[in-house]
Amino acid sequence: MLKRTPLYESHASLGARLVDFAGWEMPVQYSGPIAEHLAVREAAGLFDVSHMGEVEVVGEGALELLQNLTTNDVSKLADNQVQYSALTNPQGGVIDDLLVYRINATHFLLVVNAGNSDGDYDWIKDHADKAGVTAYNLSSAYALLALQGPRSEEILQGLSDHMLDRIPYYWSQRVHIDGVDTRVSRTGYTGEDGFEILCSPENARHLWNRLLITGRDLGLLPCGLAARNTLRLEAAFRLWGHDMDESTTPLEAGLGWIVKLQKGNFIGGDVLAGQKAKGLSRKLVGFEMQDRAPARDGYKVKIGGVEIGSVASGSPAPYLKKNIGLVYLPIEHTAIGTELAIDIRGRDVPARIVETPFYTRKKKFD
Amino acid sequence: MANTPEDLSYTKDHEWLRVKGKSATVGITDHAQKQLGDVVYVELPKIGDRFETSEPFGSVESVKAVSEIYMPVTGTVVEVNESLNDSPEQVNEDPYTDGWMIVIDMENPAQVDALLSAAEYEDYLKEEASE
Repeated sequence: MLKRTPLYESHASLGARLVDFAGWEMPVQYSGPIAEHLAVREAAGLFDVSHMGEVEVVGEGALELLQNLTTNDVSKLADNQVQYSALTNPQGGVIDDLLVYRINATHFLLVVNAGNSDGDYDWIKDHADKAGVTAYNLSSAYALLALQGPRSEEILQGLSDHMLDRIPYYWSQRVHIDGVDTRVSRTGYTGEDGFEILCSPENARHLWNRLLITGRDLGLLPCGLAARNTLRLEAAFRLWGHDMDESTTPLEAGLGWIVKLQKGNFIGGDVLAGQKAKGLSRKLVGFEMQDRAPARDGYKVKIGGVEIGSVASGSPAPYLKKNIGLVYLPIEHTAIGTELAIDIRGRDVPARIVETPFYTRKKKFD
Repeated sequence: MANTPEDLSYTKDHEWLRVKGKSATVGITDHAQKQLGDVVYVELPKIGDRFETSEPFGSVESVKAVSEIYMPVTGTVVEVNESLNDSPEQVNEDPYTDGWMIVIDMENPAQVDALLSAAEYEDYLKEEASE
């Protein structure tokens, strides 16, 4: 039996196409992935991401626990600040990537991937128990909406007295939206400005509807998982299970910026330090197809007729109007401009390694 | 509800066939294009290529997925819809007209009798949906 978010009926009534995603019955598209993708780049889109998991860790030792479990430096966070990070295993592999919200010095909220949330919770709880910290699996106690796109702030501001422009990138606030108590963070998975809104499941439908109505005239569309995937890939955000997993390290995944070795020991830290000192033997790079056919996950990648990898994430990029992807390659083949061949149903189609992210938004004050 | 013109023949792989003498036009159904979502690329065979019944002759790529297109009956390709190169979205917009894919010269037009009628195809869609 598939799990449903509190917004299941809303999706069905909007005519969304629903699919099984990590055990959840989720909307993959409403009006269509291209229209939804473009709406987020040019106006705004609203996503139900309530399938994401939430874990809270509470106690005097909470900070120390998270310093041990995650790669980023949690001590750098102030109250209400948010941090992108990874949970690593003793081999330095990525158990999951996550957002760490500091609520206060002894209370942190972690937002993790839907498919990993039970495993993550068990892993965290196991370590929390030993550290005298309490871990709560609150995944079903939260709904999560993502309002993304250049007009997000304008739309959300229409429903709140809180000055949203005072929430900087990767900060959060308790905010009342149309009378509903929420935690809003300026975060997202699309490469655009926007917010992620945590609320109780009972209030999700009210907020969803109010946001859709408020945003309608500004070009807001409800968006599904298909657009979420193409948006994140254009921004070269990694997707767990595709671009990284327990057998790849954050360094190999190009996430060195969230690995803070100088903060002290953490699980897998010694392996990552060794890898950094020795140099990587492979890493994740971006490529662009030189032909019309899109590369898809799992397609073989060759150089000079020899297979050297397979596509981690590959898709058409609706805003860039290109076919793009990410692939792990031996380090000697990762220079920008390197010519690759991608096996598309038995045909070698040319591709080229390019800089990532594929897409970078124009900043407000540039 | 998917649109299913009366005058066409259909396959369980969601292709349609419009027969005119020994030649037939092939495309994918309204149901198929809806399932695929936004089509971004259509890979078609060359004129002169010959395919047996149920052999894949090309593929349709949407944002999300790729799916192969199968030959409803045995035949040789005599015409290819080149306009899909620049406007693959025609497959979504007009799957039975502008979104056609190939015209074939059928080897054995009697094979058409084995295909589904519009009513049979609609029943098949209902069965699929209830599974």
